[in-house]
Amino acid sequence: MSVYLDYAATSPLRPEVLDCYVEYLKTLGNPSSVHTAGQLVRRALEEAREELAKSVDCNRNEVIFTSGGTESNNLAIKGLFWQQRTLDPAKKIIISAGTEHHAVIDPIEWLEKHDAADIVWVPVDYDGNVDLNWLEVFLSSKGSEVALISLMWANNETGVITDIKKVTELADKYSIPVHSDAIAAFGHIETSFKDSGLAAMSISAHKVGGPIGVGALIVSRATKLVSLVHGGGQERGMRSGTMNAPGAKAFALAATNTIAELKAETQRLQELRDKLVEEVSKVTAVAKLTGQKAPRMPHNAHFVFEGCSGDSLLFLLDQQGIEVSTGSACQAGVNGPSHVLVAMGRSAAEAYGCLRVTLGTDSSEEDITAFISALPKAVEGALKAGIPQTGDSK
Amino acid sequence: MKVLAAMSGGVDSAVAAARAVEAGHEVVGVHLALSRMPGTLRTGSRGCCTIEDSMDAQRAANVIGIPYYVWDFSERFKLDVVDDFISEYESGRTPNPCMRCNERIKFAALLEKGLALGFDAICTGHYASILTDDEGNLELHRSLAVAKDQSYVLGVLTAEQLKHAMFPIGASASKDDIRAEAAARGLSVAAKPDSYDICFIPEGDTQDWLADRLGSTAGEIVDMEGNVLGQHAGAHGFTVGQRKGLSIGKPAVDGKPRYVLAVDVKSNKVVVGPAKALAVKELIGSKYTWCGKPKANAQEFFDALVQVRAHGEQVPCQVSVTEDQMVIKLEEPILGVAPGQTAVIYLGSRVLAQTTIDSTVSAVDDFSSASASISGSVNGAV
Repeated sequence: MSVYLDYAATSPLRPEVLDCYVEYLKTLGNPSSVHTAGQLVRRALEEAREELAKSVDCNRNEVIFTSGGTESNNLAIKGLFWQQRTLDPAKKIIISAGTEHHAVIDPIEWLEKHDAADIVWVPVDYDGNVDLNWLEVFLSSKGSEVALISLMWANNETGVITDIKKVTELADKYSIPVHSDAIAAFGHIETSFKDSGLAAMSISAHKVGGPIGVGALIVSRATKLVSLVHGGGQERGMRSGTMNAPGAKAFALAATNTIAELKAETQRLQELRDKLVEEVSKVTAVAKLTGQKAPRMPHNAHFVFEGCSGDSLLFLLDQQGIEVSTGSACQAGVNGPSHVLVAMGRSAAEAYGCLRVTLGTDSSEEDITAFISALPKAVEGALKAGIPQTGDSK
Repeated sequence: MKVLAAMSGGVDSAVAAARAVEAGHEVVGVHLALSRMPGTLRTGSRGCCTIEDSMDAQRAANVIGIPYYVWDFSERFKLDVVDDFISEYESGRTPNPCMRCNERIKFAALLEKGLALGFDAICTGHYASILTDDEGNLELHRSLAVAKDQSYVLGVLTAEQLKHAMFPIGASASKDDIRAEAAARGLSVAAKPDSYDICFIPEGDTQDWLADRLGSTAGEIVDMEGNVLGQHAGAHGFTVGQRKGLSIGKPAVDGKPRYVLAVDVKSNKVVVGPAKALAVKELIGSKYTWCGKPKANAQEFFDALVQVRAHGEQVPCQVSVTEDQMVIKLEEPILGVAPGQTAVIYLGSRVLAQTTIDSTVSAVDDFSSASASISGSVNGAV
């Protein structure tokens, strides 16, 4: 029996969500059809939109369903950039941070390469805090040239939280739209869209007990963006394609139930997490908790294991039935050095030695105990295997 | 035994892993990520390193029913194989990157990591056999499938590395057998084309690739007497024995084709001449290793066979070694041996030793003085 401690990668489908999903998968109808079958499915879709809007704390018309977080991020970044450029060609700067997920970094770099965008990366400190004072100073000189700012609400690897409200306040002086990738944060900390001042916010179903393949971009009513996908004009014309009513329904239910439990779960998971951190420090001296001087999400514990390679730790823990992560793996499944740690100014050795433990609905004390009892053997082996050597050509 | 099966995504390593499982070992599949920026799809026969290869390896591991992981060796690969390849060419030598990869990545970095993580052996899809002599010493031998034999590129393995190596397909008669077995096992890589180019040069054009990294300065193409015959766009990338791509307008007096005899990177000259001038009768290497148990009394010349390229012929020779040199006297001269190439010494089918060739002695009397000066300027030692 394996112990799953990788909720940030994906979370188990909640049982009631599975039932709901299956029920609507069985329901015939295209939400755009005029006949009764179509209308029934449309009704389900719009119920889901309204329900999800409550969890997100936004207007129902602000919910644009997508195929997931990556699509949401792409739509927000490219869509906002193109919209801004159309209105004012002088706005070429995109501000973001090197600690963002690749689903944000890569579209931005794509725009730099293919569409003459200028990228400005906000400095990030040793603990993962995005330097908002620097941002304020930068905006005071270049604010009028900025097309958009994209900063994640909470980091998917380190769990470090950024003060999004502060970001939107700074941006507001120059009327700069702000997008936030809230995929890691949504359902784990308070993320009121209405209070955030954001133009757009990405969220994803499978991080909160919903199915994989469903997400949403929350786009404020005041915000316009250029669509990436053209066709039938669904979803306020921002995302054409037959709408996934069963997915939307399942997402909405998963979000509702996750948000309903948020307060209790925050306390429970934080206690479990703190216990885990304490126990780790007892069984090994080489693990260092990341983001000690930063606000962090309650269910995340991210460590750097000095002298270890994350993929060795991962392998040795997996062999003992413990499923954790080094952070985000690329398409080929390679656990290279974490770009997040590198952006935090850490050394290559530190960036290689990451291990992320994330908790969720089914996590228990027994899971923590199992992890702690498997850890010493894994650390011993990983220390022996060492980190990828640089410069040694034996 | 706990066995780490290195899976490239090709058919050979997939069948090797499957056979290791059948032999009763506890097998874990691992794909080596050798590039941070892998291409998405394989194009034709070009090496490995693509995401498609990684996915093929994973799919094979799933079908075989073993756990699968991808381990990042891109740093080591860049330093020990790619950078080595560039610097060898930069000094006018012709390296064998597959050999370096076996020596420093698969049977060094990967093996060390595997041993540290609790494994006993590395299993690969190389065509070679490990046999045991009467005293229980491990020996590396040519594979049964002579046409596919890869013992040459494994010549760098030491006795210690052989102890932890496993080549389950070395006893197969042919590649066709392996493909048939893969198909019977339901492995979709059964019909995947062989890779035979250098895996980190995706476009397949070594000369262009080197020019991008080393720059290219036009220089002279000269004959053995130093007469200028033409111009080249950059000396790097010319290989001793190369005939094509010289673009010399003027034909030779005797009307016969001309070959690259030497690449002198210092003076940026490429020396060309007739095929017979390529003939060498002696090979000298300063660094050598024994593959398994060393030969006794090897300071005295002994009869052996030598192979100087991956799919080359073996040639009878006499070999002797001192502490820091191996001398190989060839019974019959061979053509086109470049410094940097590896000479692998065989006793029958057994791989005995290997050395990287530092210099050669010409077999042609009237070329010996020219050869000496070329060799000296290229290698700094004659």
